[in-house]
Amino acid sequence: MRPPSRVREMPILRVIARALVPVILLFGLYVQFHGDFGPGGGFQAGVIFAAGLIIFALTFGVEALRQVVSVVLTERLMAAGVLLYGAVGILAMFLGGEFLNYSALDPLTTGHHGQHLGIIAIELGVGIAVAATIMRVYYAFVGRRLDGDGEATEPALGAEPGEGTP
Amino acid sequence: MIEKIVVLEVVLPLLAAPVCVLVRHPRLCRLFSLGVVALCFAIAVAVLLEVRGGGVISYQLGGWPPPLGIEHRVSTVNAYLLALVTAMALVVLSFDSRGGPPRVPEQRKHLYYAVFLLCISGLLGMTITGDAFNIFVFLEISSLSSYILVSLGGHRRAVLSAFYYLVMGTIGGVFFMLGVGLLYQVTGTLNLRDIAVRLEPSLDDRGTVLALALLVVGISIKLAVFPLHHWLPNAYSFAPPKVSAFLAATATKVSFYLLAMILFTIFGAPFVFEELRLQAVLLPLSILAMFLASGAAIFQTDLRRLLAYSSVAQIGYMTLGLSTANATGLAGGLVHLFNHAVMKGGLFLVVACLLYRVGSVHIDALAGIGRRMPLTSAALVIAGLSLIGVPGTVGFVSKWYLVSGVLERGWTAAAVLILLSSLLALVYVGKVVEVVYFRKPPETQPIDHVREAPFGMLAPTWVLAAAAVFFGLTTNWTYGVAREAAELLLAGGI
Repeated sequence: MRPPSRVREMPILRVIARALVPVILLFGLYVQFHGDFGPGGGFQAGVIFAAGLIIFALTFGVEALRQVVSVVLTERLMAAGVLLYGAVGILAMFLGGEFLNYSALDPLTTGHHGQHLGIIAIELGVGIAVAATIMRVYYAFVGRRLDGDGEATEPALGAEPGEGTP
Repeated sequence: MIEKIVVLEVVLPLLAAPVCVLVRHPRLCRLFSLGVVALCFAIAVAVLLEVRGGGVISYQLGGWPPPLGIEHRVSTVNAYLLALVTAMALVVLSFDSRGGPPRVPEQRKHLYYAVFLLCISGLLGMTITGDAFNIFVFLEISSLSSYILVSLGGHRRAVLSAFYYLVMGTIGGVFFMLGVGLLYQVTGTLNLRDIAVRLEPSLDDRGTVLALALLVVGISIKLAVFPLHHWLPNAYSFAPPKVSAFLAATATKVSFYLLAMILFTIFGAPFVFEELRLQAVLLPLSILAMFLASGAAIFQTDLRRLLAYSSVAQIGYMTLGLSTANATGLAGGLVHLFNHAVMKGGLFLVVACLLYRVGSVHIDALAGIGRRMPLTSAALVIAGLSLIGVPGTVGFVSKWYLVSGVLERGWTAAAVLILLSSLLALVYVGKVVEVVYFRKPPETQPIDHVREAPFGMLAPTWVLAAAAVFFGLTTNWTYGVAREAAELLLAGGI
């Protein structure tokens, strides 16, 4: 897939983007998995990760990104992230605790380990959901026809409520 | 057992929504959401049975004890609302899927069910939670999803009215948020019961009064109290018919619960109704709503708009019950939540049947339809009679207790006005019935091809119509629970 013409004429942009994108993605993962020790967490990580991919799309074209992450995949990941979060909560209920009581995830120790496990798992869910959502929003902005059903809306026939407003 | 799974009431629909997104199969999604909502209804009924007679279920999310942790707290008041919302969601979802959004392509229909489940989850969350900020979060979940649902109406103006609803709803949400922020500043806590306890010494604070004002105005927008109702007629008349039925039966009801809970539990009836005299504002607005909105309904030529204006008038009855601040009147307002949900939900489902077969619910298009669709029209008549308040229907039960409560308070004029406003309902319901049964169909638009609505549409409609009669004859369940809830609210509990 050929990138947009103006970008093709900007070798500096392309070279720098090629160098930066992997670093940004890696930094996103760092923020994700270091979130339980320092500043960070799923939301920030998801935004950074998606931003890296969006820079890739801006320089090399949306089609190039769509070959890596399709629109349908972003929708599935959005749902999967939320489900991962919820599944941790439900799992805690099955292990005898309240919803999202991470201490129940590790019944053998005094509970700190469970809290650790739980927060990593739910933050991963948040990260996936946020990254996917941001990319889906980006896809929605760059082209409504990408997913093949962005047809323009017309008034429905028949079902037409009255016009009069007192 | 039940106190361990009460949280599923919110969690199940919340997680069922992403499952629908993953499944991507409209018919499977419909069955799945129906199952989830049925399960929620079963839990809600079990919870209601458990807490009746003064019981309370408190659930600590994540195992963090309140007031620091988030608490889900269920008493008779909100268990009643949980049962109401889940029951109406169940009936509306079981309605034939052809009453859904008309122009959503088949490969995206699963998203409609996901949004519907999110809306249910938000409404249930607002009802069940005992945490002020949590209410705001769930309020946003339910509002955002209902904007989407309204915009799916198919008509171009559906999008516009959804946007208008969004603007008004966001203003309401911001007011609510500011009110919660001020309460947090005054009390330093977000747990509702804790706020109530700590607010006691600082009730005369200017911040407290401002917080009350912001909360009441914010929720009044969501509830569509008379001068703030303008989003409602458009939203209800352009939304897909099933969505109108669901929103009319649940969304405003949950807002009413929030208003009652804030006034009675957090601020307390003595402060709100004796010191600030809120009824001096609420009572005239309620009466204006009853008359002006009913008057507007009479002049509507579209059945959906007529019903929407009638909803604004009915909300007036509910707030009237609230402003009496005595057990009978408040119970009358609370029982009207259920009763209005049954009859207005039923009427909007009738609209869905008519739209499916006739293609329009303009009053002229319905001429003589009573002969072609006898069962649908009969359901329309029963629910319509209930709207007027004919004895033997649920509408009579509500009005009986409202009038008793108002008389107990010594407001004879208001009691007379309630009865007079019923006459307006008689006019607009009578207008529809006259057209449906006694007018000849126009020669230009023959209706010979119109047949009775399919069973999948008739059955849920008739469940609600039958409920309008059943609960009009036996009030042990509805009024019994509402009375208990009203006494609990007046005592300042939740």
